Amino acid sequence: MTDTHSFTEEERQAGEPEQISHVVVRFAGDSGDGMQLTGDRFTSVSALFGNDLSTFPDYPAEIRAPAGTVNGVSSFQVHISDHDITTPGDAPNVLVAMNPAALKADLHRLEQNGLLIVNSDAFEGRDLEKAGYDHNPLHDDFLAAYRVVEVPMTSLTQLATEPLGVKPRDAERSKNFFALGLVSWLYSRPIEPTIEWIGSRFKDLVKESNLAALKAGFNYGETSELFDHPYQVKPAKLPAGEYTNITGNVALAWGLIAAGQLAKLPIFLGSYPITPASDILHELSKHKHFGVRTVQAEDEIAAAGMALGAAFAGHLGITTTSGPGVALKSETTSLAISLELPFVLVDIQRGGPSTGLPTKTEAADLNIAMYGRHGEAPLPIVAAYSPAQCFDAAIEACRIALKYRTPVILLSDGFLANGSEPWLLPDVATLPDISTPFQTEPNHVAADGTAEYWPYLRDPETLARPWAIPGTPGLQHRVGGIEKQDGTGNIDYSPANHSKMVHLRQAKIDGIANDIPLATITGDADADVCLLGWGSTWAAIDAAVQRTRRAGTKVAWIHITHVNPLPPNLGELLKSFKTVLVPELNMGQLCRIVRANYLVDAKPVTKVQGLPFTSAELEKAIQEAIMQGAGS
Amino acid sequence: MSDTIVPLTTKKDWVSDQEVRWCPGCGDYGIMHAVQALMPELGIATENTVFISGIGCSSRFPYYMNTYGMHSIHGRAPAVATGVAVARPDLDVWVVTGDGDALSIGGNHLIHALRRNVNLTILLFNNRIYGLTKGQYSPTSETGKVTKSTPFGSIDHPFNPLSVALGAEASFVARTHDLDRKHMMSVFRAAHAHKGASFVEIFQNCNVFNDAAFDAVTGKQAREEMMIDLVHGQPIRFGADGHKGVVMGTDGQLRIVEVAEVGEAALLVHDAQRHDPGLAFALARLSHDDHSPTPFGIFRDVPRGDYGTMVGDQVLQASAKKGPGDLRALLRSGGTWMVGD
Ligand SMILES: Cc1ncc(C[n+]2csc(CCOP(=O)(O)OP(=O)(O)O)c2C)c(N)n1
Ligand code: SF4
Ligand SMILES: [Mg+2]
Repeated sequence: MTDTHSFTEEERQAGEPEQISHVVVRFAGDSGDGMQLTGDRFTSVSALFGNDLSTFPDYPAEIRAPAGTVNGVSSFQVHISDHDITTPGDAPNVLVAMNPAALKADLHRLEQNGLLIVNSDAFEGRDLEKAGYDHNPLHDDFLAAYRVVEVPMTSLTQLATEPLGVKPRDAERSKNFFALGLVSWLYSRPIEPTIEWIGSRFKDLVKESNLAALKAGFNYGETSELFDHPYQVKPAKLPAGEYTNITGNVALAWGLIAAGQLAKLPIFLGSYPITPASDILHELSKHKHFGVRTVQAEDEIAAAGMALGAAFAGHLGITTTSGPGVALKSETTSLAISLELPFVLVDIQRGGPSTGLPTKTEAADLNIAMYGRHGEAPLPIVAAYSPAQCFDAAIEACRIALKYRTPVILLSDGFLANGSEPWLLPDVATLPDISTPFQTEPNHVAADGTAEYWPYLRDPETLARPWAIPGTPGLQHRVGGIEKQDGTGNIDYSPANHSKMVHLRQAKIDGIANDIPLATITGDADADVCLLGWGSTWAAIDAAVQRTRRAGTKVAWIHITHVNPLPPNLGELLKSFKTVLVPELNMGQLCRIVRANYLVDAKPVTKVQGLPFTSAELEKAIQEAIMQGAGS
Repeated sequence: MSDTIVPLTTKKDWVSDQEVRWCPGCGDYGIMHAVQALMPELGIATENTVFISGIGCSSRFPYYMNTYGMHSIHGRAPAVATGVAVARPDLDVWVVTGDGDALSIGGNHLIHALRRNVNLTILLFNNRIYGLTKGQYSPTSETGKVTKSTPFGSIDHPFNPLSVALGAEASFVARTHDLDRKHMMSVFRAAHAHKGASFVEIFQNCNVFNDAAFDAVTGKQAREEMMIDLVHGQPIRFGADGHKGVVMGTDGQLRIVEVAEVGEAALLVHDAQRHDPGLAFALARLSHDDHSPTPFGIFRDVPRGDYGTMVGDQVLQASAKKGPGDLRALLRSGGTWMVGD
């Protein structure tokens, strides 16, 4: 915890909270311990309190991994701050470990001399064994590098709930609220919103038990003298306005709903459950009164097929999934390219290949998004970069799909999907109109003078074809995956026509470059080193660039939201730097694209651990690049 | 759009300007003519009609209909058509598919469209072969069949398409064949009238790769003794002067008998509206090969809510309850706080 200098001895004596600028707390426990919920509550209260924040839920793929094992550890990291932040923090300042396994899994993340709060009741025989400890780390100097606070949370919760008639075994399940109460006291978070929340969420004895545990934890902080005083993180000086705390998946789902409203089209979502994308299906399914139709399809192929069928019928057709599902949707996406219909494929990336790391983040689907189809099959790719920005990214993906009658892939990832941040709510009235008219009249006159409809007669500017939907008299037409003649849309296998169509489909996508924002440089345009980022690396790059510049070193940063086509000025900008670094949660997929496109000697900075970059890692990469540049 | 006054159409209105490219003599022609001849009778508009197909010879069908249409991808037509039908319950949506398309690569989508009871009229052209890819065996090819991919004879046990559909509890299941336009039209008419998923298997001759596959049943000489015409509410009889019939034995098995031996009263009375699909299933299994008497007509026709309408109803109910979607309110639904100037 930093910035303690302003705290006087008198204030300390008075039990006043010490003001700190920010803190990173990590709640870690068994999957069954309710750590996600605990973290979520701490976050919500901090958001209401007015802090800037960023969260990082980190949980196992198994619903119920063997209890007490390291594999079953579920953690939630939250960074709260009195100033603008973007990352959930590199190293937690505080680790709450509910059992030995949580300690084992997460201790290495805790900063040196960090505060370690442990549920000492859990540090016994079997639990130690299951976590793989052959000693009790609380009983030797194993934890000497940290400030350890032992709290017998299980037994204190049992004591607090016993008068209610709660059995000791059941009381176990409330101990996360004890932890929440304790940490709430420590960081001067009000518990009233959580009391209200418990009241609305639980019933009867469970409700009473959770309330008793929460209050007991809070009071224990105040009376136990384990900590000499609480801390407080003041509200952040964020731009004025109305805020909500939002996760990437909810923001993305709301963005899709907004897109439907802005396009004046009903939304059709075809989806098949898959982590970490399922929450978008859940969220959209709740909002049918926006004219949203959702179908949980039999598989991802069907989900995509249904969305495409709905698009043919005049809806905004959307399908949401993660990597394995993207693979299954490949053939349908190719068909959508051939049909030239609007269609949005949302990929919430996770670690791959195959099942890989279902609950961990990675951004290694850029290649499949770019190239994962048969034939020459280009499509636009939009990448979201922060939880709240998923809202705008979703609208942008739909805008492009509708305007250019093309499938669009929208990339997000597990880190954005489940992470949250405060979002300055946009004025709904200022959101763009993305509506696009259906064709209602014939668009061509045949040689004999009759009016007819040519489904592939393009808009000369966008190269988009008209969208005539069933029910429109006189515009009956057939589309299909077989190569067709430009204009008429009739089947045409001829060599010259195929060449023309391949080039047209490419030109249409390339042309979108003129309809997206130019790339801009953040930081020092005259620096030697420029970072090129896309997607969720934004947070860590932002923090690393700020720190580097605060330390007096020049560095530049370009973050792109349109990965295909790339902003038209990107090549030129990149060429103006001595060194271009491309940090990616993959093996250098964007890096290879920019090298190939611009013949720039861009260097990859890669991480494939199922975790986001820390800002320290990127700071180091910047330093190294600067040193290497200076040496050459 | 369904309320607009429908102009009377003629067969010509349903024929597109595209050149039909099936092999001369292919059974697909007969089916197409039956469909095109039927459409004017249905009192629907060409612009409100959509044909969706997968891939295969049969799946070229939509190109030849002057309606809206999509030739989609191999096996996926039921999924694409589900999207159309759910988005637009006002449309008349037809699916044209082959035995490989529907039962091999697309088996999953077929059973789920049937299970959900999506308002589709599904025409499965069963020629017991892969036509478009030039003659490999299909999931309906009989065991022992010699094809390019089974030079020593197929060892696969075939699907009976009707058993599959009934197993999925399809609400309308029927069979017809490409040589009898009148029969096809009557079955298609009933299939179209049924709300929900209607499944029709059509015996279709591929004269190039599997010629005469159904001759032993539907051939002119064989018909009388080999085709069993199912009529709802009537005892199941066939053969010259109806001398044969179907009874259910005490073991629950269906058997073919001489009516003279058991008496007419012992015959099974066909009931397409039975809620339980068990008897329809037994009828579908009555013939195990192409050389035994085979039932045709409507096996099952029971009412059940159609999926697209039910999805739409939930949208309507939600709107009635919550009012039309308000984006401003949605963005504030998770709780907000103000940061002052
Ligand atoms: C994904 C995919 N795999 C394979 C094919 C090749 N293919 C096209 S049609 C077909 C089988 C067609 O058989 P059937 O559905 O019985 O139709 P028919 O031609 O007999 O009418 C196959 C294997 C394809 N088009 N797409
Ligand atoms: S190959 Fe067979 S099914 Fe295909 S068009 Fe020719 S005859 Fe018809
Ligand atoms: Mg076939």
